[in-house]
Amino acid sequence: MTITKTPEPEVEPVQANEKPVARAFGPAQIAKAVPDAVGRLGPRHQLRNPVLFVVWIGSVLVTVFAIGQLITGSGQPGFSIAVALWLWFTVFFANVAEAVAEGRGKAQAESLRRTKKDTVAHKLAEDGSVTEISGTDLDIGDHVVVEAGQAIPGDGDVIEGIATVDESAITGESAPVIRESGGDRSSVTGGTTVLSDRIVVRITTKPGESFVDKMIGLVEGASRQKTPNEVALTILLSVLTIIFLLAVLALQPMAAYSGSQQSVVTLTALLVCLIPTTIGALLSAIGIAGMDRLVRRNVLAMSGRAVEAAGDVDTLLLDKTGTITFGNRQATELIAFGDEQALAEAARLSSLADETPEGRSIVDLCVQRYGLAAEAGEAEQDGEFVPFTARTRMSGIDLGARQVRKGATAAVCAWVTEHGGTVPDMTQACVDTISAQGGTPLLCAELVHGRAVVRGVIRLSDVVKPGMRERFAELRAMGIRTVMITGDNPLTAKAIAEEAGVDDFLAEATPEDKLALISQEQEGGRLVAMTGDGTNDAPALAKADVGVAMNTGTAAAKEAGNMVDLDSDPTKLIEIVRIGKQLLITRGALTTFSVANDLAKYFAILPAMFAGIYPQLGKLNIMHLASPTSAILSAVVFNALIIIGLIPLALRGVSYRAVSATKLLRRNLLVYGLGGVITPFVCIWLIDLVIGRLIGA
Amino acid sequence: MSDLWAGLSQIGVLLLCLAAAYKPLGDYLARVFTSERHWKLESGIYRVIRVDPDSGQRWTTYAAGVLGFSFVSIVLLYLLQRLQAILPLNFGRGAVDPATAFNTAVSFVTNTNWQSYTPEEAMGHVVQMVGLTVQNFVSAGMGICVAIALVRGFVRANTGRIGNVWVDLTRICVRVLLPISFVFAILLVAGGVVMSLSSGFTSTGIDGMQHTTALAPAASQEVIKELGTNGGGIFNGNSAHPFENPQGWTNLIEIFLILVIPVSLTRTFGVLVGSRKQGYTLLSVMGALWGLMLAVIWWAESHPNGPAALLAGGAMEGKESRFGIAGSALFAGSTTGTSTGAVNAAHDSLTGLGGGGALLNMLFAELTPGGVGTGLYSILVIAIIAVFLAGLMVGRTPEYLGKKLGRREVTCSAIAILAMPALVLLGSGIALLLPGIRATMTNSGAHGLSEVLYAYGSASNNNGSAFAGLTVTNDWFEATLGVAMLFGRFVPILAVLRLAGALAAQRKTPPSAGTLPTQGPMFASLVGGTVVLVAALTFVPALALGPIAEALA
Repeated sequence: MTITKTPEPEVEPVQANEKPVARAFGPAQIAKAVPDAVGRLGPRHQLRNPVLFVVWIGSVLVTVFAIGQLITGSGQPGFSIAVALWLWFTVFFANVAEAVAEGRGKAQAESLRRTKKDTVAHKLAEDGSVTEISGTDLDIGDHVVVEAGQAIPGDGDVIEGIATVDESAITGESAPVIRESGGDRSSVTGGTTVLSDRIVVRITTKPGESFVDKMIGLVEGASRQKTPNEVALTILLSVLTIIFLLAVLALQPMAAYSGSQQSVVTLTALLVCLIPTTIGALLSAIGIAGMDRLVRRNVLAMSGRAVEAAGDVDTLLLDKTGTITFGNRQATELIAFGDEQALAEAARLSSLADETPEGRSIVDLCVQRYGLAAEAGEAEQDGEFVPFTARTRMSGIDLGARQVRKGATAAVCAWVTEHGGTVPDMTQACVDTISAQGGTPLLCAELVHGRAVVRGVIRLSDVVKPGMRERFAELRAMGIRTVMITGDNPLTAKAIAEEAGVDDFLAEATPEDKLALISQEQEGGRLVAMTGDGTNDAPALAKADVGVAMNTGTAAAKEAGNMVDLDSDPTKLIEIVRIGKQLLITRGALTTFSVANDLAKYFAILPAMFAGIYPQLGKLNIMHLASPTSAILSAVVFNALIIIGLIPLALRGVSYRAVSATKLLRRNLLVYGLGGVITPFVCIWLIDLVIGRLIGA
Repeated sequence: MSDLWAGLSQIGVLLLCLAAAYKPLGDYLARVFTSERHWKLESGIYRVIRVDPDSGQRWTTYAAGVLGFSFVSIVLLYLLQRLQAILPLNFGRGAVDPATAFNTAVSFVTNTNWQSYTPEEAMGHVVQMVGLTVQNFVSAGMGICVAIALVRGFVRANTGRIGNVWVDLTRICVRVLLPISFVFAILLVAGGVVMSLSSGFTSTGIDGMQHTTALAPAASQEVIKELGTNGGGIFNGNSAHPFENPQGWTNLIEIFLILVIPVSLTRTFGVLVGSRKQGYTLLSVMGALWGLMLAVIWWAESHPNGPAALLAGGAMEGKESRFGIAGSALFAGSTTGTSTGAVNAAHDSLTGLGGGGALLNMLFAELTPGGVGTGLYSILVIAIIAVFLAGLMVGRTPEYLGKKLGRREVTCSAIAILAMPALVLLGSGIALLLPGIRATMTNSGAHGLSEVLYAYGSASNNNGSAFAGLTVTNDWFEATLGVAMLFGRFVPILAVLRLAGALAAQRKTPPSAGTLPTQGPMFASLVGGTVVLVAALTFVPALALGPIAEALA
């Protein structure tokens, strides 16, 4: 069973803080995106997006038509030019959205590239000799020596030594981390710097395919492929576009039959207003921004597919230790065999110099519950600390004649007997009870006046991180079942599972059990997410639909998962699910908004087109738009401006609250469905007020 | 009793009868398609056509069966009409001309029953009984088969097999359509519907002239005409003809027969997917839209413009006084909402709004409650699109009844939905482009456009009712409307069967609190909204120049 360690035992706030970033969307970002957006006005770039390709063709058509009108002096060239201009703006704004979304990743890629400066590798030959070669010449399997102050030339595993490494270039975390050979902390990343000591690293990736290279590709969006839901949505949008294309194409003969043939400009304007340009323009920006939101939380998704799958997760496998409970056991209770205060004093004394987390937790307990001093007094400072060793299995302090010990039951019992004391009968029963409940008993004894006395037992137990119960309730509301994975016996596991409020648990779990559980869930049609860091987690990570590997983990684990958390925080899985959902919701909401907008556009454009031939259709002009030309122009202008207006929402994502699907749908239908119906009525009316004045003046 | 109360009581009786039939018929249909046992008669049929009734088919085989059977049916029906001169009981009616024969063959095989001929003059009793009536049974059966295959797609998991088309078709005909038709035919005969193999009789009219009144074996064809949502009358007057629909209560029975299978199929759906609420939800959408369109037509016909109509207390032109405005509106709303196309009043004479209502009822893609089978699969593909959008809005890959809606499912549903609007818009648009066609139109202006839209709307939706003011006997209309019927029927069927195959191959995802609930009022309004939105977005520009301009005038 793998124990997942958190680097810091403190609880992260429920909402992992985003790194402060420059404003997502402001004049500066637009200015930066403009040249990029202009460069994408060509047809080749637009071909990738069927909706915008139709707009692009429409823009060309109307432009040619307007120029024709200018040359021949016929028709209303002013109106045609205005429509052409706004159609081009529509395409341009869509490009801006994409460029702004990509721009954020680009800045990050730039800083990553700087870590890729050509490093010098000290290659270790089999005979022990060291040669200097360029980092780019390394091969898989090469051994390199890295010493303090040197950059690690490539991704690999530490096979010899232990060192502190500065990984801030990748994780943004300035505190150095420890990397050592063997175990689950052996993986190192190229571009990070060794701060102390010397390690030998076996290179595991080729130059150019390293983790940093992958990261650069991901944040730049170069390797971005459309995700399954995005593909399905694109199909739906294409079908809508075809329907509207047919509706507008068929309208011309009907209009001609009715005696009111329409101009190319008007028909194109109607078409562009009807096809779902808003979502079409923002679709790729939403996808890029979703990945970016993960990156800013220090999670690297190896594919967009994984991000989407995160939104679909039904079952969450969480390791108990480090995720649900603190990484270390803590003192939770003192059970005295006599004077309780005496036990507290003894316990505190024995742990004063004990710097292990368990030791510190004992002092804390004595301070909080028994009002003892946290710091060693003057007399106590002279005491001699007896450290814990594997042989003695006790630790404590000697204050002259007074000796205090705490440790494993058998070791302390032996010490007591040796020093002329007797072990009370209740000891064994007490210790057994604690063990059975999943706690760890520490016996505490003291040598006073030449005789050893057992003071009592310190109970160490797992402490569930605060706020976990609420988080699991939240997940349950989202329809996600949490399963706690632990190596503990079923009894202990059950107690902790109940305390933490998880839905289920897997006790005495082996990696095989974990894999079997995932298969079982998947056969039932459920999607599974998990975190892991050890090599023995790799098969399960690969099998899970969403496998988040910890950055501190082994190379095998990182390779097997489809996401890597640079902060190595297992609870971040919950955050990832949230981001996945948010991505899908944003797409759905903006599609609904886009389609709902069409109603108002019909009310603006149809009376403008046909009120001349059928005056009764003027009754449909419920917005009282000034004139047919201003009505059509207003609809086109709204259609273009709404793209710019919604870029911030596309980048930020629709806000998500963990409530049931029904509530979520009701809210989003109200905001984006009903809002999508009403907004354009108001906006087109306002735009028409301005345009009507301009034309009238 | 005022017309309002008469109408309301008719609707009340109708709804009571439907409610009474809903559970038993719906459950019975579910048993028909899940039972392991074969009837002796059926086993005999399977032996003759050499089919192993216990083998399942993949969607491709199932679709090949549907298409192959339909193709052979069209050829046989065409030949039967062309060879009429040598058939018995033809009463001197010769070979049907090729364009009409093609159009009629396609029309009856596609469950449309668009009639560009006058039955009393064109078709003899053998063509009626051996050709058209048989198709009334099997084309209706085919629609139900396809719907059941789609439901199996939702129910089954990890299999490519969606049933056996020969077994499904045999069972629906033998166990459902034939027995019900037999019982109700006797009832209708009791009500005065004729059943005669004679060609007719002559009598002296009040003008002293000799008149020939045609007779036909009407009762046997009348029931399946309504029950199978076919709509093709044995007389030109269709259900307005006193020999087809003699009185008020037979009118009500015919409306009941039109609605009973499409309505009950939602129960069958609910039973088969293991959640009756799912069925109620779809039924509530169908019912609400049916009620809405009925209200529009009824109100429009009761509040007409013009002095003559005001004097009569309603738009009585083209209506039978024995049915009244309510009985006619109820029939019009039900026949256009079910792809039946039988009429008991002249739809061309409906008011602008009333006619627009009937047209819109068809353009809702025939799901209020839709044709037999077609109504269920049409609303299911709409529901899939609604679930897709709404599912995204709750942050999960959209799922409907435990099946994920990905690229393939959305594509199939979109094609099934796209076919009809494409045919209506292109057909009407091209027809209006051709000067020769415009010259044949008797009405001009908005009503002329409504007539063309109605014709293509009716053909593409396999409805078959007509705004009779349009002359559709020229080769252009015979051919294009025939093509519209073919594509309007088989493009969605192919897409739906492909969809069924894709769904059946999927594993089933159990629902959780994060899954979009697909039952209850909110989902019902979502599906209803999608139906209206798709129709509105597609057809509003065209409707603005036709019925909307008429109605607002």
